[in-house]
Amino acid sequence: MEDKNQGSASKPTKGITRRSFIRGAGLSTAGSVLLTSNALAFDYKEQATVGKEFGPDAITIKMKVNGIVKSLSVEPRTTLASALRDHLELTGTKVVCDRGSCSACTVYVDGKPVNSCMMSAFDVGEKEVTTIEGIAKNGELHPVQQAFIEHDASQCGYCTPGMVMSCVHLVENNANPDLEDVKNATRGNLCRCGTYPHVFKATLAASKKTI
Amino acid sequence: MDTRKEKFPHGIPGHNLTEIEREIPIEEPPVWPVNDELKVIGKRVTRIDALEKVTGKAKYTSDIKLPGMLYAKMLRSNVPHAVITSIDISKAESLPGVHAIHLIENVRKEGEENNNGKYPMVKYAGQPLGGVAAESLEIAKDAISLIKVNYEEKPFVIDIEAAMELNAPIVFDEPITQQEDGGDVGETHDGSKGEGNVRGPSTSSFFGGPRGDLEEGFKEADVIVERTYRTQVHTHMPLETHGVVVDWNPDHMMVYASTQNTNAVRNEMASIFNLPKSKVRVFCDFMGGGFGAKHSAGSFGPMAANLAKKTGRPVWLMLDRQEEHIAEGNRPNSIQSLKIGARKDGTLTAIQQRSHGTAGVNLGAGVGRIAQILYPCPNFATEQYDVLTNAGPGAAWRAPGNVQGAFGLEQAIDELAEKLEIDPLKYRDLIDKSEVRKVERQRGAKLFDWSRRQAAGSGKGVVKKGLGVGQSTWPRFVTLDSSVEVKIHNDGGVEIRSSVQDIGTGTKTILAQVVAEELGLPVAAITVNIGDTFFPVGPGSGGSVVTGSITPPARNATYEAKKALLKLVAKKWETDSSELFIEDGQVGSKKDAGLKMPFKEATKLMRTSQISKIASRSNDYGGFQQPWGLAYGDLGSVQFAEVSVNTDTGFVRVDKIVAAHSCGRPLNLGQLESQINGGVIQGVSYALYENRVMDNGTGHMMNANVDQYKVPFSMEIPEIETLIVEEYGARSSTDAYGIGEPANIATAAAIANAVYNAIGVRIYEIPITPSSILKALNKVS
Repeated sequence: MEDKNQGSASKPTKGITRRSFIRGAGLSTAGSVLLTSNALAFDYKEQATVGKEFGPDAITIKMKVNGIVKSLSVEPRTTLASALRDHLELTGTKVVCDRGSCSACTVYVDGKPVNSCMMSAFDVGEKEVTTIEGIAKNGELHPVQQAFIEHDASQCGYCTPGMVMSCVHLVENNANPDLEDVKNATRGNLCRCGTYPHVFKATLAASKKTI
Repeated sequence: MDTRKEKFPHGIPGHNLTEIEREIPIEEPPVWPVNDELKVIGKRVTRIDALEKVTGKAKYTSDIKLPGMLYAKMLRSNVPHAVITSIDISKAESLPGVHAIHLIENVRKEGEENNNGKYPMVKYAGQPLGGVAAESLEIAKDAISLIKVNYEEKPFVIDIEAAMELNAPIVFDEPITQQEDGGDVGETHDGSKGEGNVRGPSTSSFFGGPRGDLEEGFKEADVIVERTYRTQVHTHMPLETHGVVVDWNPDHMMVYASTQNTNAVRNEMASIFNLPKSKVRVFCDFMGGGFGAKHSAGSFGPMAANLAKKTGRPVWLMLDRQEEHIAEGNRPNSIQSLKIGARKDGTLTAIQQRSHGTAGVNLGAGVGRIAQILYPCPNFATEQYDVLTNAGPGAAWRAPGNVQGAFGLEQAIDELAEKLEIDPLKYRDLIDKSEVRKVERQRGAKLFDWSRRQAAGSGKGVVKKGLGVGQSTWPRFVTLDSSVEVKIHNDGGVEIRSSVQDIGTGTKTILAQVVAEELGLPVAAITVNIGDTFFPVGPGSGGSVVTGSITPPARNATYEAKKALLKLVAKKWETDSSELFIEDGQVGSKKDAGLKMPFKEATKLMRTSQISKIASRSNDYGGFQQPWGLAYGDLGSVQFAEVSVNTDTGFVRVDKIVAAHSCGRPLNLGQLESQINGGVIQGVSYALYENRVMDNGTGHMMNANVDQYKVPFSMEIPEIETLIVEEYGARSSTDAYGIGEPANIATAAAIANAVYNAIGVRIYEIPITPSSILKALNKVS
């Protein structure tokens, strides 16, 4: 359910549990608005979950972030965003709305974009997290990052990490995106400075260089 | 004499470019030619801090983590109007992990009667009452929920029209003054005049007061348009919220601030804590947007400092999204009546304006001066009233007043043109005396293909297309108290220092460009260290003042430093330094083409490890309208909008905007495009989407978040074409101005005019929603 790909995400077919609702709200804005406004209209089914209980105190967990396994002490209420920012000092991931509506906190979990403010740090488990700090490899920028620089696709820069994550994911998964594809990939990313036109331009330019 | 005469480029290339002689201070550098003849100025130089931004390495205030740092959370009122009878903090105090609680109390002045009680009165829901510092943000939040505030609630009023009623609950029963960062630039808002919640009116500004005789003017008119326009309250919603990290060291207070005005925050903190300015250091390297709301230390700044003082530890205090919406600024709404008269030949004879707006508990809800100055008209008067309500305070918001005012004025001008049976663009040719807007109309109309425009409402089919235009003006503000230090180090490094901050517009980059151009070096060779009040004072990022204020000092200081360096080379070459120049990283001689020395080698001639020059700027060459910094001329803009309106659903889509702008000498085309795109998108948002929704029954904001506070995302972004007109005014050593405000003013009016052109019915209120379209078309009641 953490998959941020639009389309499939906004069509919940099997009813909605509280747990899956919270996870679903970790989707892009378009998805989450749909879910928040229609949530009460869905057939509500609470499912009993079986598992280990944690908390309320912090315990030590392991998390693989940008290829390195890290150990951190977090409470069950700690979000993945907070774990990254406050515990692992990976502050490139930004928290803006803190409710899954703006995609500033986008990271990949097993390669799929998620809103890290809506995901429990405990739920990461064995999965691998990639943050904005892990996009450039061996000091070499990703073509999307390079294109963002060339096309002036950042102003204040606070949305930029999330934008880059959305656009890199697009370019890595679509060999020949058009403008509509770029708009779709960033439809959940809020930029208050209004840098979208240059984000579109940069991503289209980057896609030409990656193939 | 301490001046010399020089010939400057003057006018608009491709239109009326000529030369003008100016008398300039002798210490200022020689004239720059037009941009075509410069190396890095006016070019698409990439943003020098883009690398940090795209890799996530840029450190914003919210990212700062210091050893021993505590996290703080504010306590806020949950009622809109009340006397606080008591606050019980005992439970919060005993929560493990809580280190300090600070409550805001009334200060009893010596020898003064104080009947106000222990705590300040609550005037809006969300008003700060105190704060908690704890080991984590979660603990601080828990502690806040354990504090019990007892209120004696008072009647309150939220809606502007309800507040204007004579028997409305009174928000303030005393005169009030405008808050530090509120409202209009250059406008006097008097909170002592007026009745009940209606204060004012403001009738004059730096553009003067009323002129001529309205009655006579309307008598002379053959056609009159008289309408009432309404605009909404909208909030700034910068992605990084307001906040600070305060580290109160033994010898000085260190304040990391997400601010657009390091200098103002420094002054406020020094004043509040009775510290010399030299003992407060405000620092802002990266900041996540402000749009006018981040000029002040607010109440969060002093709160963090008080908590730091109480705990002896650094304190992090960033607001959350809800707090940002409710308490940290908004653009006031407006109800504006506009009456405009014109003769048959189109000449304007009279403009009468009356407006009411609410900035909540603050003043500053005017509609600006655009109706007074955009088009010459002999008879003019305005009355602008502030209406006080129990809602969060307004703050300056990108082109304060003017965005509201333009929405009314530019629709009224369109309506007048229609009555006179003139094309609205041609009508503006007739009544607008601005040369730059004339060029913008010509070039813009061509790019936009204005000739496609059909008669209003004449389109066939369900989805109707419409084209519209809107114009704007913004004064050329300059802060004369602006300085830059330029250092040339003996390892060949060049450094710029100033307290001016980069709000995200690219101030760091244009400073590097100016210095690079003057020194004949690549931009990458320049290090920019700004946003630190331990450096020479720079302007706040507001009113589009930064570029015009800080780039001339940067060039002037560089010129001084360059002269000092060239003297050393001249001594070695046994020649006169006035014969020497630096180009492509090499010092050369006009006399002897064979003489060359790399810049880096030249710096080795220095006897000291650095040459350091601090410079400010002179008055604009050619004088000033106002001694405190309003230069001659304006920043004129014309924007064209193309919309599609679905007459079945009421859905409006902005298809395209052509934005034609001028800002003197353009410094960086890529960054200018970015800023204009942003102004246009915020204008689209203002016209169609965003709106602060208040619950009149409880006084709470209903959509204080990102998902229900509607703004455009990628799917709503129109195609935007920018058109930048070079306009040389020969005003300073860079002759450059900002674009922040201008980019945002005309968009909503252009869209409203385009919507009219599409459906043939005018909408007088924003946001223009599907519901307002369907109502206008009489499809719903």
